Amino acid sequence: MRAQFVMSEIGVGLRRNLTMTFAVIISVALSLALFGGSLLMRDQVSAMKGFWYDKVNVTVYLCTKNDAIDAAGAPATAGAPAAGGGKPCSKGAVTPEQKQGIETELKKMALVQTVMYESSDEAYKHYKERFGHTALASVVTPDQMPDSFRVKLRNPEKYAVITSAFAGRDGVQSVADQSSELDNLFALLGTLNWAALGIMLIMLIVALLLIVNTVRVSAFSRRRETGIMRLVGASGFYIQVPFIMEAAVAGLIGAGLACGMLGAGQYFVIDHGIALRDKLQLINFIGWDAVLTKLPLVLVIGLLMPSLAAFVALRKYLKV
Amino acid sequence: MIRFDNVSKSYPKQNRPALRDVSLDIAKGEFVFLVGSSGSGKSTFLRLVLREERASHGQVHVLGKDLAKLSNWKVPHMRRQLGTVFQDFRLLPNKTVAENVAFAQEVIGKPRGEIRKAVPQVLELVGLGGKEGRMPGELSGGEQQRVAIARAFVNRPALLIADEPTGNLDPQTSVGIMKLLDRINRTGTTVIMATHDQQIVDQMRKRVIELEQGRLVRDQSRGVYGYQH
Repeated sequence: MRAQFVMSEIGVGLRRNLTMTFAVIISVALSLALFGGSLLMRDQVSAMKGFWYDKVNVTVYLCTKNDAIDAAGAPATAGAPAAGGGKPCSKGAVTPEQKQGIETELKKMALVQTVMYESSDEAYKHYKERFGHTALASVVTPDQMPDSFRVKLRNPEKYAVITSAFAGRDGVQSVADQSSELDNLFALLGTLNWAALGIMLIMLIVALLLIVNTVRVSAFSRRRETGIMRLVGASGFYIQVPFIMEAAVAGLIGAGLACGMLGAGQYFVIDHGIALRDKLQLINFIGWDAVLTKLPLVLVIGLLMPSLAAFVALRKYLKV
Repeated sequence: MIRFDNVSKSYPKQNRPALRDVSLDIAKGEFVFLVGSSGSGKSTFLRLVLREERASHGQVHVLGKDLAKLSNWKVPHMRRQLGTVFQDFRLLPNKTVAENVAFAQEVIGKPRGEIRKAVPQVLELVGLGGKEGRMPGELSGGEQQRVAIARAFVNRPALLIADEPTGNLDPQTSVGIMKLLDRINRTGTTVIMATHDQQIVDQMRKRVIELEQGRLVRDQSRGVYGYQH
């Protein structure tokens, strides 16, 4: 009885405020879609980080004879050999002792997972394999390729430790870190994520203001009923429930739409339609599990946030 | 039933208090007229009884409870034992007569079976048998007020508060409403009625309480509207 009575009151209220209800639904849907989208973006970034960092190495290039000649060229004419901290390789090509020292030191570091030595011959072979068909490859000789240590890190984000430890050391030509390039990309994605969160926040404020206003209009248009309810002794909760439920129903519809948008985004942008997954095979995209786990959160927020806003608004606009 | 002990009520931003040091007792089963010119404090008196307002000073007891000590969430429960009727009827225009009366029971969560039984009964009592399905707009003023009384009485309150219930009605119709209120009073329900209707007060010869500028100036059993000189 009670439930049926309350439900019919909600239906009447929603229909009476149809335009406002639509505005609430749309603003809730957009803000929650942005919210869910930004959560998914975060997942995507961490998935990409995991995927790429897994593949990237820090490479410690060692000095070749050619490097030593190049480096020695300038200081030799000036007559003042540079001390340590000057140009790399100024003290000549890497010696077997230096090589040994670097390797043992790398292996001692807790951060390092594996160390792989690549000799200049191997490097030449790999280079030929990858670029053998280009004109440049035909003039490259093995002794131009540097020896190197390919270092795999346990935590790829801490590559800077390796750089600071080995860059500028005798026998080390340079330390190259492939992940520093990725970091630019991730910084961009992070900025986009913050922008999405900012827009979400604005939409959320719009949604809340709309809900407050809807409740105010709704409370005003029903002041006759609520006045009578009060007189015959309906409890404050009982008087407020239809208003709160109205906001909750509108919010839930909005949240449902937001879920639909997220699902459609996954389906049309990543899986099918634009099909980024097929076009950008280098990138590891998030799957449906990531999307589906966000939906309950979106629905719960879509239900609770408008209800809470309505409750707060009622304290101001509805005397009970 | 109702006791006022030195009750005063002032509203903010008004230098003259609406009620000043009013003390009175209304026993169970009484029929009381509350008279006085506009602004004399009648409405404030009724609002205090309904606990729409709290007294600034003094104590208001209704149905044995000190309203100052009654917490907000218990107020609805207290109001279920009161029935209220107003000059402007306060019916819901989009609900039928029966639905208007049933509304009072629905919002306090009465079971449907009980409502089905009680509504025709009380409509019969107020003389509206057979008009259950009509809309308030189709009824005369007197009939609308009967619907309002039926709604106020359907939960069998211990106390019925009527704020100028005949204010919008012609004298003949008013007599009918008064007969109805008298009948309700005879079932044991205490009735407090604020009114300007001299004829009615003089005819009924019930207890009369007169307020003037917030003060209790007369409390007379079997009284009349004006002073008897």
